[in-house]
Amino acid sequence: MSYIIDRRLNSKKKSTVNRQRFLRRYKQHIKRAVEEAIHDRSISDIERGGEVTIPRRDISEPVFHHGQGGQNTRIYPGNKEFVTGDEFQRPESGGGGGSGQGKASNQGEGEDNFTFSISQEEFLDFMFEDLELPYLVRKQLKDATAFETRRAGYSTSGSPDKLHIVRSLRAAHARRIALGGGDRKEIRALRKELWALEAMQPADDAAQEQMQALRDQIAELDKKARRLPFIDDFDLRYNNLVKVPVPSSKAVMFCVMDVSGSMTQSIKDIAKRFFILLYLFLQRNYKQIELVFVRHHTHAKEVDEQEFFYSRETGGTIVSSALQMTADIIDKRYSPADWNIYVAQASDGDNWDGDSATCSDLLMKRILKKVQYFAYVEITTGPHQNLWYEYEQVHEAFPDEFAMQHITDAGEIYPVFRKLFEKRTEGAA
Amino acid sequence: MSAVKERTPISTGSEWTFDLIEEYDREIARVAKNFGLDTYPNQIEVITSEQMMDAYASIGMPLNYNHWSFGKQFVETEQNYKRGRMGLAYEIVINSDPCIAYLMEENTITMQALVIAHACYGHNSFFKGNYLFRTWTDATAIIDYLLFAKHYISQCEERYGTDEVEKILDSCHALMNYGVNRYKRPRPLTATEEKERQMAREEYIQRHLNDLWNTIPKKEASGEEQVIHYPKDPEENLLYFIEKNAPLLEPWQREIIRIVRKISQYFYPQKQTQVMNEGWATFWHYTILHQLYDEGLVTDGFMMEFLHSHSSVVYQPAFDSPYFNGINPYTLGYNMMTDIRRICENPTDEDRQWFPDIAGKDWIETLDYAMRNYKDESFILQFLSPRLMRELHLFAILDDAERPTLRVDAIHNEEGYQKLREQLAAQYNLGNREPNIQVYNVDVRGDRSLTLRHYMYNNQPLGDSTDEVLKHVHRLWGFEVKLESVTPSNEVAKTFHCPPKPLSMDLA
Repeated sequence: MSYIIDRRLNSKKKSTVNRQRFLRRYKQHIKRAVEEAIHDRSISDIERGGEVTIPRRDISEPVFHHGQGGQNTRIYPGNKEFVTGDEFQRPESGGGGGSGQGKASNQGEGEDNFTFSISQEEFLDFMFEDLELPYLVRKQLKDATAFETRRAGYSTSGSPDKLHIVRSLRAAHARRIALGGGDRKEIRALRKELWALEAMQPADDAAQEQMQALRDQIAELDKKARRLPFIDDFDLRYNNLVKVPVPSSKAVMFCVMDVSGSMTQSIKDIAKRFFILLYLFLQRNYKQIELVFVRHHTHAKEVDEQEFFYSRETGGTIVSSALQMTADIIDKRYSPADWNIYVAQASDGDNWDGDSATCSDLLMKRILKKVQYFAYVEITTGPHQNLWYEYEQVHEAFPDEFAMQHITDAGEIYPVFRKLFEKRTEGAA
Repeated sequence: MSAVKERTPISTGSEWTFDLIEEYDREIARVAKNFGLDTYPNQIEVITSEQMMDAYASIGMPLNYNHWSFGKQFVETEQNYKRGRMGLAYEIVINSDPCIAYLMEENTITMQALVIAHACYGHNSFFKGNYLFRTWTDATAIIDYLLFAKHYISQCEERYGTDEVEKILDSCHALMNYGVNRYKRPRPLTATEEKERQMAREEYIQRHLNDLWNTIPKKEASGEEQVIHYPKDPEENLLYFIEKNAPLLEPWQREIIRIVRKISQYFYPQKQTQVMNEGWATFWHYTILHQLYDEGLVTDGFMMEFLHSHSSVVYQPAFDSPYFNGINPYTLGYNMMTDIRRICENPTDEDRQWFPDIAGKDWIETLDYAMRNYKDESFILQFLSPRLMRELHLFAILDDAERPTLRVDAIHNEEGYQKLREQLAAQYNLGNREPNIQVYNVDVRGDRSLTLRHYMYNNQPLGDSTDEVLKHVHRLWGFEVKLESVTPSNEVAKTFHCPPKPLSMDLA
């Protein structure tokens, strides 16, 4: 006899653990592949999953096996014209007769690489591994204003709209069983006695009387049992909801991008890629984060995401306009008491003469004291200009809060990004 | 009921249902019993293609411990399958009692019937009957043992860290083929016993080891220099030797070696009976389904579909075909089984001369006898007929590294038959396919170095991954490891060291 079992609904992902072990072991390879993929991809599909290729040599599991050499006789099928004693040249390695019997896959030259795909989720995991917003602190922990309502079991009091019907009826049922149990047991015992008497069909009076007494007793008890209320006040159960204060770690990121005429197409592209990385990173790792996009040439303008990445408007350069606007927005909307504030600025470093001093002034006086972290990225292939030197002084004054990096080509975006947002070990400033 | 001649087929469509599978199974079981197939009870499980890939990744077992190499296997299978580069097997069958067979839900009812005949009655009866399986594996205990192994290894991971366990497993896997006893019968493994005695073993081994490595000099050691050879006779089971004798391993590491060794031993018969096992199962699905057809239980369409997949399974591309990938074990096995039946039923003069003891005998008995008492090597040596060699156009190529050209050593003619048969049998001898490496000596009183010896076969050297494997041996052994390739005249042809010897030492 055979048993036939439908296993199709059993868990499918039995190999998940093994797959993760495999990914863990080849993390370095995968990271490298991810890095390369970021360079090669266009802005719009930078976040897709992707294929990872590992040289097969690196993942082979060695075993003892025979190498080339010695005398080796093999049997082949499909002889057409050979007769005993025929001699011919060895075929080039890899071609012709092959080495047969499944050995071909792990030996010899020309083996292909081991390629497999990772999902978008895994891709981003590898991309943003070990990165964080520096110095993020939980603000407002003490006087929390945000509450969350959570269910916390059941209570015996509450408003009618929170009545839990199933629980209430269950409680009523339990009560009826508990209170009526003794009586019902008695009734059953008496009935049994009565039936026994009835079955004998006795004629004498004494027995008749006894039967009548039993009947009365049963009726009495029945009445008592029936008096038990179906549902009572104290059967009622209500959903219990409690308010839990939620500590907020609210954060806002200002993305400040220079779109002036001096920014060539390729520099703009690099800047956009940088911000896209930043955007993906924040979206993915921080649930509650607000983004403020500021673009500037001679005027700064607060824009939405779409315009920030795709608008073509351009002009001259006054960097301080953007910083001015950032400072204003901070004052107006984001109190440093409630918010973790971050600023990322990208520019080619080309600024209107005399404006750079204004910039550093604005930074030191109005911005840096309020923000957790300010990252400046300069994208230029030429020599640094006055903005960079001004900023260097700022960096000296605020070494923790202010970071600056220099990018010359697209290949450096990801490393620089990592450097700016790598995990720091020391506590919050 | 049996008197009623059924002329109606069991099914006419291609969709399967559980009722239909049950009905086919019942009919196939009946036919198989008439042919005298003795099987374990069957447990037929219907699974999806994803589950099939899972099963692939854990070497076909329903459960196994976790290791990255299984993940690699899975990732590779998944990639190939998704790109349509490979189809999945229609079935996987496990040598256990009850015998577990997986059917894929994508199969048509014809394929399900084919698979039931092939796996649940073909392979199943082979597992139960063949002497290698009867001697070396314990079908009732394997699932429990795997469960024990899985739990034990995950416990070790919790206690000693995933990385540590992974290292040991890597090293064990590298030596997995050398974790089997080829000649000595192992004790049957039972999970309950394993668990109970595992603690006792830990302590015992440690004590036993201390004895071997005891550094307190013995009295007699004062005068004569006596070369102690340990082990006295070379040991073929490297993992066993390491488990029992490696000086530095922790008890849990020894236990893991033991687990890998036991599993390797379990699969050992399968490696030695591939041709026979597949041939037997293919022969029986062919015979059983034809019997069903003769009884009018299946339709012509069913047979067409069945024959189509049957013939692609037993297709043998010629050596010069781009699809050639060695001799197809299904083809060879199936043809030999069919040939034995032919020799029994319609022997020619040639058959009478070559096979006097089976020509004209009862074919069911003869096949049963062959199935029970042979493995691939001896089966081919005994039963490969000249006629089949002619049909398959077999020929032998001698590749001698010392000669500039390849030579055709024998073909399917009168002078060649014996030689072809011997060579083909040798090709299936595991002892020739894998280098013969044994533990030769341990320097017990000196630097504790371990010497392995590779006994060369036909002058074949070791492959290029040897140094890598030695690193794994070194990790397990903990002290220097040496591997010598020895020619039949007992000369050391080549020596491998791990850690590698500095050059200056080599001069000495």
